[in-house]
Amino acid sequence: MKQFQYIRPATQQNVLDAITKSGTKIIAGGTNLVDLMKRGVTAPDKLVDINHLPLKGITPTKSGLHIGALALNSVVSENALVLQKHPLLSLALKAGASPQLRNMATVGGNMMQRTRCTYFYDTTMPCNKREPGTGCGAMEGYNRMHAIFGASQQCIAVHPSDMCVGLAALDAVVIIAGKKGERRIPFVDFHRLPEDHPETDNHLAKDELIVGVEIPDNNFAKNSYYLKVRDRQSYAFALVSVAAALDISGGLIKQARLAMGGVAHKPWRLYDAEKSLVGKAPTEENFKVAAQIAMQGAKAYEYNAFKLKLAPASISEALKHAAGVV
Amino acid sequence: MTNKNGLTRVDGRLKVTGAIKYAAEYKFPGLVYGVVVSSTIAKGEITGIDSKAAEKSPGVIAVISHLNAPKIPGYDRKPNDFDPNIKTFNDSKIYFYGQPVALVIADSFERAKHAATLVKVSYQKQQQQTSLTANLQNSYKPWGDGSDYLRGEANAYRNASVKIEAEYHTPIHVHNAMEPFAMTAVWDGDKITVYTKAQAIKSMQQDIMNMFKLPIENVQVYSKVIGGAFGSGSPLWPYAKAALIGAKVINKPLKVVIDREQMFTMVGYRSPAVQKIGMGASADGKLVGITHEATGETSTYQQFGEGITDTTKFLYDCPNVNTQYRLTRLDLSTPTYTRGPGETTGVFALECAVDELAHALNMDPLEFRKKNYADHDPEENKPWSSKYLDECYSLGAEHFGWDRRKQKPASVIENGWLVGYGVGSGAYGAGRANCSARAKLSADGILLIQSSTSDMGPGTATVMVKIASDIIDIPVENIRFELGSSALPAAPGEYGSITTSSVGSAVFDTCTELKEKFKQIAGGTDNPDYLKILKEHNLPFVEVTHHTSGRAPDADKYSAHAYVTHFVEAHVHPATGMVKIKKVVSAVDGGKILNPITARSQIIGGVVWGIGMSLTEEGVLDHRYGKYVNANLGDYHVATHADVPQIEVVFVDKKDPVTNPMGSKGIGEVAIVGFAAAVANAVFNATGIRVRDLPITPDKLI
Repeated sequence: MKQFQYIRPATQQNVLDAITKSGTKIIAGGTNLVDLMKRGVTAPDKLVDINHLPLKGITPTKSGLHIGALALNSVVSENALVLQKHPLLSLALKAGASPQLRNMATVGGNMMQRTRCTYFYDTTMPCNKREPGTGCGAMEGYNRMHAIFGASQQCIAVHPSDMCVGLAALDAVVIIAGKKGERRIPFVDFHRLPEDHPETDNHLAKDELIVGVEIPDNNFAKNSYYLKVRDRQSYAFALVSVAAALDISGGLIKQARLAMGGVAHKPWRLYDAEKSLVGKAPTEENFKVAAQIAMQGAKAYEYNAFKLKLAPASISEALKHAAGVV
Repeated sequence: MTNKNGLTRVDGRLKVTGAIKYAAEYKFPGLVYGVVVSSTIAKGEITGIDSKAAEKSPGVIAVISHLNAPKIPGYDRKPNDFDPNIKTFNDSKIYFYGQPVALVIADSFERAKHAATLVKVSYQKQQQQTSLTANLQNSYKPWGDGSDYLRGEANAYRNASVKIEAEYHTPIHVHNAMEPFAMTAVWDGDKITVYTKAQAIKSMQQDIMNMFKLPIENVQVYSKVIGGAFGSGSPLWPYAKAALIGAKVINKPLKVVIDREQMFTMVGYRSPAVQKIGMGASADGKLVGITHEATGETSTYQQFGEGITDTTKFLYDCPNVNTQYRLTRLDLSTPTYTRGPGETTGVFALECAVDELAHALNMDPLEFRKKNYADHDPEENKPWSSKYLDECYSLGAEHFGWDRRKQKPASVIENGWLVGYGVGSGAYGAGRANCSARAKLSADGILLIQSSTSDMGPGTATVMVKIASDIIDIPVENIRFELGSSALPAAPGEYGSITTSSVGSAVFDTCTELKEKFKQIAGGTDNPDYLKILKEHNLPFVEVTHHTSGRAPDADKYSAHAYVTHFVEAHVHPATGMVKIKKVVSAVDGGKILNPITARSQIIGGVVWGIGMSLTEEGVLDHRYGKYVNANLGDYHVATHADVPQIEVVFVDKKDPVTNPMGSKGIGEVAIVGFAAAVANAVFNATGIRVRDLPITPDKLI
């Protein structure tokens, strides 16, 4: 590991000043960044520790729930307001990583974690995300964990987070602080597809800091579910995961939210499938139709063709759980 | 502490409080740190090593490679079976990805680690072959005609009224012990002392003697405690040779610890295998013939073979059995012993095939096994020393509730999950080797027993204390068992489930002799009062050393094995293919169980790895590079707590009259044998889907 400086600026403003310099990286829980540094994937000159900033709160707002960027994944998953208003988020968080990691990992850090693509982590392998222009090791390699939606010729990696899939489904908004003040962007627009710049995971500028997320109030609490299909029962990334949220009234679906993990470079919202469910009864037949709609445009590689079958099956299964028709 | 289940681990408190010292935790004045640089090609030659930047890096003392390493006297010797055969830093040849090519030594671990990234190695690369399935046509007979076996008529199954033919695939398994391999090497002139992970202390001492052509008194090996080894801890691996050479060159105490990624390439693994089984029976379920053909892999520089087809020759009463075993040479490091070596792989295929044939016969698979029970060894044509496999069947079935199993697959659904029951049996030789032990009872009341065995986890010292206390009637708190040093009386390596039988027999004999000696001193008494005798005869202590032969009396007349039958309840989600193991009962014939509490742990450990083997574990290579793509514990999936249900262990607990004076049969290896088949069979019973390609991941069930 390259030698680096470590600083802990007193205030948020001091942090914003510190990160303007190139070669700096923010460290919170460090559950991903430290691995990346040990593997030589990233080699910052300076780490800016933000763990002491007052960004841990989980508080109701006029029309939603604010969760501070430094709230721990474990704390959020057990928070009474989260469990009451957005149980889907709690389920998604508990599906992620291991209890030990969740005790360190923060909400902002979870959003910033990088793909777990093996070719990205291995500095002897080609990877356009790690080193633009070197090629994609996964395209013709072992791509069992890789994308079926939204990939490019440059990169077929997936975003590894469970929490982000839940937040994407719940229409969360990201609150970002920069030199010019705060800006808010929809969570679904925070991460980006690889296109020709897979080295850029998201739309956070280098001199910006995530300060929190806000989830608008909704009617999904009664009928939501997070399904994660993985190779072992804990501490494994999703082969496919589905966040499903339904607003059911009078036996019909008024609103639906669906997002998938393990299938794309970002949490993958299934807008067309959602639309297809509105006004319909929550039945297995309708869920299967929605799942098929969701699969339009999917493309598999040598080792991940099973996702073309597993993904729709999981969408349908998650919807059944959300609707309570299992 | 003794409770109703036996003696708890004598070193348990030291382990859980962190007070015990592992190989990487020894400190010496002037200790320096080595980090191994590994090759980034799988086959070819090193054309150059640029170590200038590394040498200039802060704290770096030396960068050692074949370019500057001294001539190693023993490299002209023909290596023995345990020697991994790579002559570290001898020449420029690369045999596998991740081969040690240089050692960076610095004044701190971190500085050595960083400098290792600065060493630039250039290569002339050749095309590697690392896929077993793509290279099956290049296989050969590893042991000449001994690679094949025939009893009765070959391929007789083909003429049976009911028959099955199937091909089974098992992947690479990596031992992945929690404790990374480490060697701390301290030279004093031409004397060397090492602290390392060694299952076989005396053979490691011999390997080091051979490497440097040193007399035995110049080589001291300590391996006081082992954080898991599972078969990987016996050879003097290439990284350890690097440590020995490095310490010699700089003439300072040197510690080398390899990292998790290096644990995949530098310390062996379980060979993958492709197995074909044909099995046929009469319409009423009597076996007619079994054909079992297996191919595994080895490296280009060393042959490692294992008895994949061995159990097939004797587990069932079958008149016609033919087997063959082949190896394919690949550009990978050599595989090594891995828990239940050979049997674990072979019995997966055998016990799945038995289940497949029972299904084809529409018979309960346990009934089918009972119908084909071998009441003597059909391979050796000898009686069993003892065999209570039938009691494993019945005890296990009773504890599990086997009678609730539905013969028709996919016929039980609970809460949206398909439910299936499966069974798989296994056997493992109950062997024994020569062993010596020393026992010394002192006036302070302490009985010290010593032998150069090791403890890779089963609780060797604990069971030896138990054996000793049964003979010498003094409180277990006053008995010490010392192991883990090559200076102690010679013991065999801790492998092959022989330790309790071998070392235990030596302890038994030594303590018996010690007791006799006390009786003689006292002038004949059945129950000597040891401390009184020492006092009356003004003796500070009485000591005996005893060598016990590895050949039990009449052992040649019998065939001796330990047996297990695993019962598994698997739940499979029909839409997502996820498998949850809900219940395990493992019934074990391990002869007399000497210490139930630690014996139970051994079985649980085997089952936990069995869960990994059946559902999650697979070493994956990218054959374009000959390199692992999952060489870490995040991507190589060992079972987590969430994957492991309650495991019930049932012991038959009946004395074997032949194996050793305690009547025990070793159970460390057999614990995992047959388990993966029980899972695959349960998954079939749940779903009607037969997965013959481990691990059984969700994608194979949708």
